[in-house]
Amino acid sequence: MKHAFTAAAVVAAAFALAFLVLPVLALFLRVPPGDLVHALGTSAARDALVVSIKTSAIAHAAVLLVGTPAAYVIGRGRFRGRTLLLSLIELPLVLPPAVAGIALLVTFGRLGLLGGALDAVGVRLSFTQAAVILAVAFVESPLYLRGAIASFESVDGALLDAARTLRARPFRVFARVALPLAAGGLGAASALALARGFGEFGATLLFAGSLQGVTQTLPLAVYAQFEVNLDTALAIGAVFVCFGIVVLLALKLIPGWTRSVSLWTFRSASSPSA
Amino acid sequence: MDPLRLSLDVPLREFALRVELAVGREVVALVGPSGAGKTTLLRAIAGLQPARGRISVDGDSWLDSAQGLELPAEERSVGLVFQDYALFPHLSVRKNVEFGRKGHAGLLDRFRLAALADAKPRELSGGERQRVALARALAPDPAVLLLDEPLAALDAHTRGEVRTELQRLLRDAHRPTLVVTHDFEDAATLATRVGVLVEGRLRQLGSPAELVASPSDPFVASLTGANVLRGRARPAKELTELALPTGELIRSTDLAEGDAVAIVYPWEVTLSRSLPDDSAQNHIAGVVESLVPVGNRVRARVGPLTAEVTADSAERLDLRVGGRAVASFKATATKLLSQGP
Repeated sequence: MKHAFTAAAVVAAAFALAFLVLPVLALFLRVPPGDLVHALGTSAARDALVVSIKTSAIAHAAVLLVGTPAAYVIGRGRFRGRTLLLSLIELPLVLPPAVAGIALLVTFGRLGLLGGALDAVGVRLSFTQAAVILAVAFVESPLYLRGAIASFESVDGALLDAARTLRARPFRVFARVALPLAAGGLGAASALALARGFGEFGATLLFAGSLQGVTQTLPLAVYAQFEVNLDTALAIGAVFVCFGIVVLLALKLIPGWTRSVSLWTFRSASSPSA
Repeated sequence: MDPLRLSLDVPLREFALRVELAVGREVVALVGPSGAGKTTLLRAIAGLQPARGRISVDGDSWLDSAQGLELPAEERSVGLVFQDYALFPHLSVRKNVEFGRKGHAGLLDRFRLAALADAKPRELSGGERQRVALARALAPDPAVLLLDEPLAALDAHTRGEVRTELQRLLRDAHRPTLVVTHDFEDAATLATRVGVLVEGRLRQLGSPAELVASPSDPFVASLTGANVLRGRARPAKELTELALPTGELIRSTDLAEGDAVAIVYPWEVTLSRSLPDDSAQNHIAGVVESLVPVGNRVRARVGPLTAEVTADSAERLDLRVGGRAVASFKATATKLLSQGP
């Protein structure tokens, strides 16, 4: 009986693995590798690559710059409404990207909540590269914040207190003690957020459109090329597969990152540490 | 004027910590059960815990609630040695010690840390970690030094050695020093004065000898290692007789009446195999419940009493757990404390 179950479970595992790996493999098998590399040379692919790298880099830098001190304050703070705040931060994670796109449009769009104010100072965001950056930042920042908050929570409070009694002012406590000790978790959260932002589709499409060379990122190019030149779409798909493998291997192999990922994947980000 | 003067009121969950204390250039130990507020008191002095009241150091105010003054921790000249030491795990010994102030090379030598300068805290033994923590706290030359359970993180066999060294280092530091511990022996070794803190109040403050000679209450007595026997006292001839719940009578030269406790130190209790014919007035016969060697002595538990005898005597009497013995002590060595009316 037990034996039969084990056999069934192994079959289930093999089935699940094949189901997940086969389509990814098919991306590479449809056309010869040489053609794939060649297909990346088309202007649509090259333009999309440039837009993607540029917007992702700027969005990610902004998320790290703003998100890290924000996560420190939230992670170390004890205040009323903390659980609610954490839930609000995580909310975009469970929203369909298209909903996020519409939300951004009615906030920053010309007729949106802040549109009038932005218009008054001569800023038009929707359907510009700045809109892509906003969309990418919007979908990746909850992922980074959640991981970064958990990382700062796990830093031993006595170490921060010790720094204070050694005359360290708040910035020095943050930079010399909290940041290096949370670095592993921050690295992991940063990698996951970057990967999420790089693959962003729905929010970008609705808020920034898909204009080649301006707002058309790699995921949008896949969709656009799908009917025009399948080879290009497949080639871009292959780029994503390679990028994904690099990120996932890094998460498993970089020692500090490994520890942190398990730390905040298996512990609810909303529960404050002791 | 004492360099450190404080009068603090810190609300805790179950009670309020209310302590007034003046500390000169000396080591004062605070002893008490866990949860008495000892660590909270240190944190309040360091500025890590909000408190009301006053703290002044060498005439400078750190806290004065009436004036709305409360310096943040980083502006108080205080060195705090944390329980478990709280060394920065990502920094070398040198970087740890220099965190508060750079370029104090002599400190590493003085604390015998020069050879370990490049090691990380996880590579160190408990005693070494403690020296790093103390050197780090002293590096900025703080006006006040605070230590939270500095010996608790050590295992039993290094403890004695480290305690002796810590005693020397603290005396050499020559500044107002507060040490928190739950162990009276540690307190008596390290400090010139010992304060007993129970439920947020200082029950008694004095030299270790004073606390042993005249404990203010049964708790202080048991903390200093005394046997505490509860019973009912009534005058008997020129002595006082205390009737224990178990039926035995204990005689004391102290006066008391009604509910009272008898206090007798383990080194005042002698052991014998049968009822001795000597001047001791008090004898309690019982089963030997435990025998614990402590250095060159043996601590024996006989009935309700703990007796300390030499290892030689223990062997001569052939003491063994489960055997019977008679514990004797003089009426003149038996202190009595009345417990209310």
